[in-house]
Amino acid sequence: MMEAFLTAQHLSVTLAGREVLHDIALALPRRHLVALVGPNGAGKTTLLRALAGLLPSRGAIHVGGDALSALSLRERAKRFGYLPQGHIVHWPLPARDIVALGRYPHGATDPGRLSARDAEAVERAMRATDVTQFSARPATELSGGERSRVALARVLAVEAPVILADEPTAALDPRFQIEVMKNLRAAADSGILAIVVTHDLGLAARYADMVMVMREGRLVAQGPPAEALSDEILADVFRVTAYRAGFEHRMIVVPWAGL
Amino acid sequence: MVLLVALLAVISLGVGPVRMSPLKVLEALFGGGDDVHQVIVRQIRLPRAILAVAIGGILGLSGAALQGLLRNPLASPSLFGAPQAAAFGAVLVIALGLADVRSYALPAAAIAMAFLSVFALLAVAGRNAGLLILILAGLAISSLAGAATALAMNLSSNPFVALEIAFWLLGSLEDRSFRHVMLALPFIAIGAAVLMSQRSALRALSLGEETAQSLGVNVGSLRLIVILGVAFGVGGAVAVTGSIGFIGLIAPHLMRPLVGYDPARLLVPSALAGAALLTAADIAVRVIPSTSDIKVGVLTSLIGVPFFLYLIMRERRALGGGVG
Repeated sequence: MMEAFLTAQHLSVTLAGREVLHDIALALPRRHLVALVGPNGAGKTTLLRALAGLLPSRGAIHVGGDALSALSLRERAKRFGYLPQGHIVHWPLPARDIVALGRYPHGATDPGRLSARDAEAVERAMRATDVTQFSARPATELSGGERSRVALARVLAVEAPVILADEPTAALDPRFQIEVMKNLRAAADSGILAIVVTHDLGLAARYADMVMVMREGRLVAQGPPAEALSDEILADVFRVTAYRAGFEHRMIVVPWAGL
Repeated sequence: MVLLVALLAVISLGVGPVRMSPLKVLEALFGGGDDVHQVIVRQIRLPRAILAVAIGGILGLSGAALQGLLRNPLASPSLFGAPQAAAFGAVLVIALGLADVRSYALPAAAIAMAFLSVFALLAVAGRNAGLLILILAGLAISSLAGAATALAMNLSSNPFVALEIAFWLLGSLEDRSFRHVMLALPFIAIGAAVLMSQRSALRALSLGEETAQSLGVNVGSLRLIVILGVAFGVGGAVAVTGSIGFIGLIAPHLMRPLVGYDPARLLVPSALAGAALLTAADIAVRVIPSTSDIKVGVLTSLIGVPFFLYLIMRERRALGGGVG
């Protein structure tokens, strides 16, 4: 295994007096697409937010050799591209301005006046997610699929070494689910560590190098898809059986029946 | 917009018991023309025009900043009770006889109360409060401030004090001198500078608090700084003119069709629109024939409330239409 870029030791999170993450340990290298799966309420979003430093946690998180707690907000923002669920946009801003906010951590505070380097990053991200044609359209007028691709472009534009994406394929049609996963796969192949929360075990098995399985605030399995999504774990954690097959050298997992 | 504000300001200098043409005004302003006109323009009307521009500007700016902070087009200082609370602060100082009407204690008290009111509003309504909760909490706070002001009026035995207090309730730019300008302007300038410094953070906030935080915005301190900026600006303004409502609500809406919805780009145009609105309103109260003076705060409320009702109607339609 390559050298770990993002690590967590004894990571615990308490929300409203209740411990929701218990003693998480992980060590993830760059150039990897990691799928984070688990039943509803397992703590996947909480783990993502804790890793990005968006909520207080106990234990130690290191990113690129630095303790997260020692990094300023801005330094954290440069290292983590964070894509939350829902893709909230409160005002009808043009799509390009939203993508340009990805350069905010780099000091590009005005989308109207980007440096050549910032403009290039924005351009590249918009091309990668195929949203260039929406540049001037208000984001609030875009369809759900279009808006989620704009949100992904915003995260890509950060050009952070780590991307944390919370259910980026939710509410997308099959074609865009595949597009989004391909974008994240390409990002990983270019050297990024992408952690993707998903409920789609099929997409996880197909695109991820590694799958982390969570249950009730604990990491109960992590490893290559074939190991982490074994029959035992699917039965134990998800209470389902699965149909398995192979296609184009990829693993296919289809949840089949409830137990 | 800058031209419009300048034009309105010049007209404002010419309007009053002694009418002057814009040309005469400019002449008097720069030391020409006869002495009487010079005194009228420079001593009597110039402070009034400066205050109208500055206070209209800070109200427009505060409104745009609050709408950006709360990501809500119905936000404004007056709906949240800030001017009412600031007025109470000023009234308290007068009623208790703590200080002269022209001392800095007045804006200080007004600013403190304005800060307290907006802070209380956000504390009561919670971080991600919806429209309804914000408006209800704002209503409660402005009612409380109004009641407290009425109490102060009720308890004051001196009819002169009661009259002074009534002035703060109505809001007016009449008979203001350069002393008032000096009293208000520093606080307005601080408030404006504070609000402007947060403009790009407000833009990032368009994507929600969590995303803004992930982009490196300290959302907690942003909220505090904007509240402080609004308190300084509104408190400083109210301390010399009393409560003038609804400029902050209307100004950003007038500018959105022209400059777009970006909360950062909206700040300066909203300030200009606010300045234009208040200057125009102040001209209107001098032009409208009436037996006694109409206070400018009364006029802005008369225009502002129907506009607010219209906004509610529009929001209702948007919500009912299931957009988003």
